[in-house]
Amino acid sequence: MKSKPTSSGKYMTSLPPELHKLKKEIEGYAKAYGLDYYDVIFEVLDWNQLNEVAAYGGFPNRYPHWRFGMEYEQLSKSYSYGLSKIYEMVVNTDPCYAYLLYSNGMVDQKLVMAHVYAHCDFFKNNVYFAHTNRKMMDEMANHKTRILRYIDRYGRDIVEDFIDACLSLDSLIDYHAPAIRRRRAPHEDVTGDDRVVRRLRVSRPYLEDYINPDDFIIAQQRWLEDEAKKEKRFPEHPERDVLLFLLENAPLERWERDVLGIIREEGYYFTPQGQTKIMNEGWASYWHSKIMTEKALKDSEIIDYADHHSGTVATSPGRLNPYKIGLELFRDIEDRWNKGKFGKEYEDCDDMVTKKLWDKKLGLGRKKIFEVRRLYNDITFIDTFLTPEFCQEHRLFVYAYDLTSKEFEIASREFGSIKQKLLFHLTNFGHPTINLVDANYKNRAEMLLEHTHEGIDLRLDYAHETLKNLFALWRRPVHIKTIVEGIPKILSYDGQEHSETRA
Amino acid sequence: MAQKIDQDVARFKAIIRGKIKKELRKFVATGELIGKKGKDLISIPIPRIDIPRFVHSEEQAGGVGEGDGDQGQPVGPGDGQSKAGNLPGEHLMEVEITFEELARMLGEELELPRIVPKGQQDLESRGHKYTGIAPVGPESLRHFKRTYRKALKRQIMMGTYDPRAPLVIPTHEDRVYRTWKEVKRPQAKAVIIYILDVSGSMGSEQKEIVRLESFWIDTWIRSNYQNVEVRYIIHDAVAREVDRDTFFHTRESGGTIISSAYKLLIKMVEENYPVADWNIYPFQFSDGDNWSGNDTDECMKLLTDRILTFANVFCYGQVESEYGSGQFLKDLEEKFPSDERIITSKIPNRDAIIDSIKTFLEKGK
Repeated sequence: MKSKPTSSGKYMTSLPPELHKLKKEIEGYAKAYGLDYYDVIFEVLDWNQLNEVAAYGGFPNRYPHWRFGMEYEQLSKSYSYGLSKIYEMVVNTDPCYAYLLYSNGMVDQKLVMAHVYAHCDFFKNNVYFAHTNRKMMDEMANHKTRILRYIDRYGRDIVEDFIDACLSLDSLIDYHAPAIRRRRAPHEDVTGDDRVVRRLRVSRPYLEDYINPDDFIIAQQRWLEDEAKKEKRFPEHPERDVLLFLLENAPLERWERDVLGIIREEGYYFTPQGQTKIMNEGWASYWHSKIMTEKALKDSEIIDYADHHSGTVATSPGRLNPYKIGLELFRDIEDRWNKGKFGKEYEDCDDMVTKKLWDKKLGLGRKKIFEVRRLYNDITFIDTFLTPEFCQEHRLFVYAYDLTSKEFEIASREFGSIKQKLLFHLTNFGHPTINLVDANYKNRAEMLLEHTHEGIDLRLDYAHETLKNLFALWRRPVHIKTIVEGIPKILSYDGQEHSETRA
Repeated sequence: MAQKIDQDVARFKAIIRGKIKKELRKFVATGELIGKKGKDLISIPIPRIDIPRFVHSEEQAGGVGEGDGDQGQPVGPGDGQSKAGNLPGEHLMEVEITFEELARMLGEELELPRIVPKGQQDLESRGHKYTGIAPVGPESLRHFKRTYRKALKRQIMMGTYDPRAPLVIPTHEDRVYRTWKEVKRPQAKAVIIYILDVSGSMGSEQKEIVRLESFWIDTWIRSNYQNVEVRYIIHDAVAREVDRDTFFHTRESGGTIISSAYKLLIKMVEENYPVADWNIYPFQFSDGDNWSGNDTDECMKLLTDRILTFANVFCYGQVESEYGSGQFLKDLEEKFPSDERIITSKIPNRDAIIDSIKTFLEKGK
């Protein structure tokens, strides 16, 4: 792990001298531990300002929208009632911006700085962040300027209604799109596709029936014909990125297209943070506690530190705290790789005592967690490193809705179901998987989406409203194929009313 | 200081109040802030608007939690990973909330006016409220936890703390005491009388709605008066007075004669609460069914001639049940179209509770 020399003097910051000194100190520790980050610019804000920035998702310049006001209300209420408080906020940009709360005590500021450096390290090195725009500060400000201009020209209500409709659809994107290419390039050479099954070369005529049996040839031919039919479909293959499809094909005004593009771009920007929530917070908590307890803390500060740290990783009963789970998993990984508790020999060992006392003194823990923070996201992280021992130690459980008592109840403490449920909630952020399958449905330019039913129905009142919003963009009737209480159905909205048909 | 976000906040509030964008209004859900009251967690309702998206139905989804408990043990509402710490660096604090603070939050949230009591407004009583801490004070007010915390800090700094023998001895300087402020309150008295229809058509969900709503009504009225009494009347075809616990857990199968409850209410007030001294708040909850039109006529008569002469306001909340016709609400509205002393409200589900409380209490009477 080589870190780029950071020149803290490059940016003018308004940090008071004592915080500046603190920053130097903490940065020194972070670097010594091998953390690798972009320059960090700390800004000190009072709680009004911090709540404002937090409501805007970390960016001081966002376009006007009521939902930011709603977030702000919630944050400031919660703060003024003494229920919760934001200590810090970090933004994934280069240089990294981080906000400190003015009224924090010195111990808190130290802890927060250590936390922030670990976040920045994560932003810079985790592969899922590789495609994010590190100049997002400027980009967000540009978005604001453009949307303000549209508001001036077309009126606030019209623009805001359109934004509402776009936001309603913003989960219909392909979360992996920044990293892979799913479509053919538009002008790809297709002269080789001649729609006839190529027979394998046969050197002896009597072998023909064995090497190219008839039923195989017929099946292949049928498959090719199906593919040919698909090409005439629109879109050719099911489209996950419905927003992109609308952007390219919906009959929108130019300003509407631009607004839709903005919502989509911002959606993609925030995606990796959602994909790595558990890891990112776990990583930052791991390092703040390491830096604080091993280096930065003075004796007199230990109680305030313990108080704050326990608050951060506290679990209120029944609730899952991503900070806690991430932190404990990182510690668990470090411990396992230090002792060599992995691999076939360990897995196959069925003596619990030997397993518990297993220690090969490998000392690979630190190296391993750095590797993990680079290559994993929450799904692969949980999939790979969650162990039965861990679930037991942290008393994890699965809860489910009980129809008779009408309450959520603890359903199981079994490792398999815990892991499955966790992964289910992380996959696609717990959103239903929905593809656009036909934009020329019934040959009437109607749009058909398909919900891949994974045992859980859609929430119907929300689905109806979302269809309305989809109609607002597509301007032709829209449908979604799903399963309602075991019965395959198509929910439709034609601009006037909702209807339901059996699929 | 003016902030950029002010206009977004104003916009949000206007939507909540239904001034603009009526179509979003139906997605106003009650988000919650979690606080603690004694051992119980309570949630403080704050309005949120959900942007509709394709989502899984929550009941089928379930989730993963952390903590003790056996299979089959219920977990509280709002638990689960989807809501945990959805903001970076946010830190949930456990706080004890007093009824007074709760009422203040409720008042701020719903923009409720203080109630102007009738009766002896000029008489004031003095009370005490603990508001802060000080280094001196009487021993009986010593803040135990803070004192030990301060002592522990000092010992660690001095290097006399030994984690193997964790003995903490506060010295004189470590002691911390609570301090108080004197508060004045008008010495007015109020009585809340709840009337609940327990006939067969009221289900457990309807009762839960009434229970939640009455908790907030109690909280608010208590914060406005020095002395508050609460009485409970249940009725089907006959009415009787019960204690709080019975009130929420009784289920009868009989028919419904509302006038029986009104008569009991009138009797109760006449015997115990002279109008000159008491602010009287009858709250009636029902699914709107009455046995006959004749009885409804009698109810209207009792309301006009008797109840409205002593009640500050008469509040009628109609919960919706599978069997209820909801007729009584229509009758009331027909009979008293613009009478300020009668407040009616429909409570079809839990999300409507907040609006209903606001309707009842926003008159400030």
